[in-house]
Amino acid sequence: MAFANLNLGQKVSVKYFIGAMVLFIAQMVFGLLAGIQFIQPEFLYQILDFNVTRMVHINAMIIWLLFGFLGSVYWLVEDESGTSLVGYKLANIGFWVLSIAVTIVVLVYLFVQVGSGTQASLWLINEGREYIEAPRWADIGIVLVMLAFFYNIAATFMKGKWSGISGVLVLDLLALAGIYLAGMFYSPNISMDQFWWWWVVHLWVEATWEVLVACIMAWGLMKTINARREIVTTWLYVEVALMFGSGILGLGHHYFWIGTPEYWLTIGGFFSALEPVPLVAMLVHAVYDTGTKNLKVSNHPAFAWFIAHVFGNFLGAGVWGFFQTLPQINLYTHGTQWSASHGHLAFFGAYVTINVAMFYMAIQKIRGGQIFGSALVNKYRWKTSLALLNIGAMGMTIALLVAGYQQAFIERAVEGSTWSGFFEAQTNLTFIASMNWRLLFGVLMTIGTFVLAWDLLTIGKTNDSKNTT
Amino acid sequence: MNRENYWASQTFWKKCAIWVTAVMFVILIFLTFDSVSKITAGTERVPEYSVINKKVFYKYSEARDILVPEICCEAPLFGKKLSNDEAADLIDLGKLTIQAKNCMNCHTLLGNGAYYAPDLTKAWLDQGWINESIRENLMVDFLLDPEANARSFGTNRKMPNLDLTEDEAKAVVAYLKWMSAIDTNGFPAWFKPIYQKEE
Repeated sequence: MAFANLNLGQKVSVKYFIGAMVLFIAQMVFGLLAGIQFIQPEFLYQILDFNVTRMVHINAMIIWLLFGFLGSVYWLVEDESGTSLVGYKLANIGFWVLSIAVTIVVLVYLFVQVGSGTQASLWLINEGREYIEAPRWADIGIVLVMLAFFYNIAATFMKGKWSGISGVLVLDLLALAGIYLAGMFYSPNISMDQFWWWWVVHLWVEATWEVLVACIMAWGLMKTINARREIVTTWLYVEVALMFGSGILGLGHHYFWIGTPEYWLTIGGFFSALEPVPLVAMLVHAVYDTGTKNLKVSNHPAFAWFIAHVFGNFLGAGVWGFFQTLPQINLYTHGTQWSASHGHLAFFGAYVTINVAMFYMAIQKIRGGQIFGSALVNKYRWKTSLALLNIGAMGMTIALLVAGYQQAFIERAVEGSTWSGFFEAQTNLTFIASMNWRLLFGVLMTIGTFVLAWDLLTIGKTNDSKNTT
Repeated sequence: MNRENYWASQTFWKKCAIWVTAVMFVILIFLTFDSVSKITAGTERVPEYSVINKKVFYKYSEARDILVPEICCEAPLFGKKLSNDEAADLIDLGKLTIQAKNCMNCHTLLGNGAYYAPDLTKAWLDQGWINESIRENLMVDFLLDPEANARSFGTNRKMPNLDLTEDEAKAVVAYLKWMSAIDTNGFPAWFKPIYQKEE
């Protein structure tokens, strides 16, 4: 591998991308275990129970996506600022602190699992709050690493030059680090707990992360198809206006049923769903604009994943979110497999895709900056993994949606939301069939992940080195 | 891009992005202050912790077209009336236990969490506990040995033994009772509660 032609930021970035890929595989493996447990509850019972496999599944996802984002920003920072990274050592320390902390947290999840009902358990083992289960000591580590990261990126842009993309990016990173603090306290009152918990989960995933990927996307389009900066920057501003315009108060769709006042039913129902539209527009406009000058794509796999990103984001976060955003519907779907269906496609479509696109951007430069076009050897590999991952994600989403329909109908509407109603739905034949299909598509996705890893390790190795950009 | 169209210009959208974000954030701050004051324990929607000394049931509200919680008469948990401080301590232990045992990665609470096991929002009032005279003891027995007392309704899905102490189990039951009294705007949909004697 030719690391010599990477700039300092990109050298840090490669570490993050490798870490992300390892955790991506872990996410898949633990997702499969949890999927099997839905069908065979005895599987690993009292050894690695569902609450552990599922926790590792979702935590590995959050952390690998975060690794991917940090890697992506380090990848583009020197190019976008026109200067070298101010804190190369700091960036490396940040990477190792985060990686060691994640390793310890996962080992404790797997081998200690749960603690007694004390504050010490929340500080040392896990906090028992979905998505942000990481114990409090690790929270503090995450915030420190994020602040160091923020400093590094902001200071590099201050030393070099600013652009529309970097301005949005830096402000967004500040919000991202700050919002995490809202999840770092304990309350015995579950309404209060969930009120602030959603500040982190929603305002990260449905606001600041969306804007972050829009920045990466804008930069990526300039690199892959030579899109004009003016176009992508304008669409980025449109995206920020619509994303924060609808996403900030869209927080309300999580405040329907947690004890919060009734006005959230109206607010949450209204602000939603149009968020990722401008991303589709950004890509279409960029393609049209460059197309008039003969569209040349310098990196086919990355560009394919950018396309998967805009449509995946629109479908998963937008359409699937809107399905159940109205309170009249959400009353029946909230807390059923509908939410799982939306969650799977949204996280995949909005965030997995763009990270994979950036992996391909990185590997292209590592392999000497050659064109990843139709002359690429073994291009069936990236196409196979693209197909398996996308078909797998979509298949799982639809299977879970069918399961969710059964639950909303049987458990909620007919059975009056009792425990026996819950099991009535879980034993329904269509529900069981859906969970089998979900597992099958999960297997496809896992195979796709391994093919992706294989492709990233081998792509461009045997090409003619003169074929460079 | 046509430069004559101001509405399509970068400058216009930059200003839009800044103003829209700022305005929405300010509105959120105002709503947050209001909501936090209305979900503090001891308010109309989120009852005080000593509600575990009372009976909790649900009544249809015609005005809201949902079932709403009603609190009435004395019904002390485990037959012992607690002071406000004692109730708060018990609820605190219950919440710590629920978090430390990672309940939320199988169950949902207020509909949030994982979908492997039933929602706990109104678990206190579930028909599975047969009747109110034996309910709290059944719940404690279940939490102390969920495998032997499995309530999986014909499936093989059993709760694992999470090594709760008796104090922790009682605190979890108290927590579930308190949580069932939160006004959740009718969630979960049209819940059919356990039969309780008319007062």
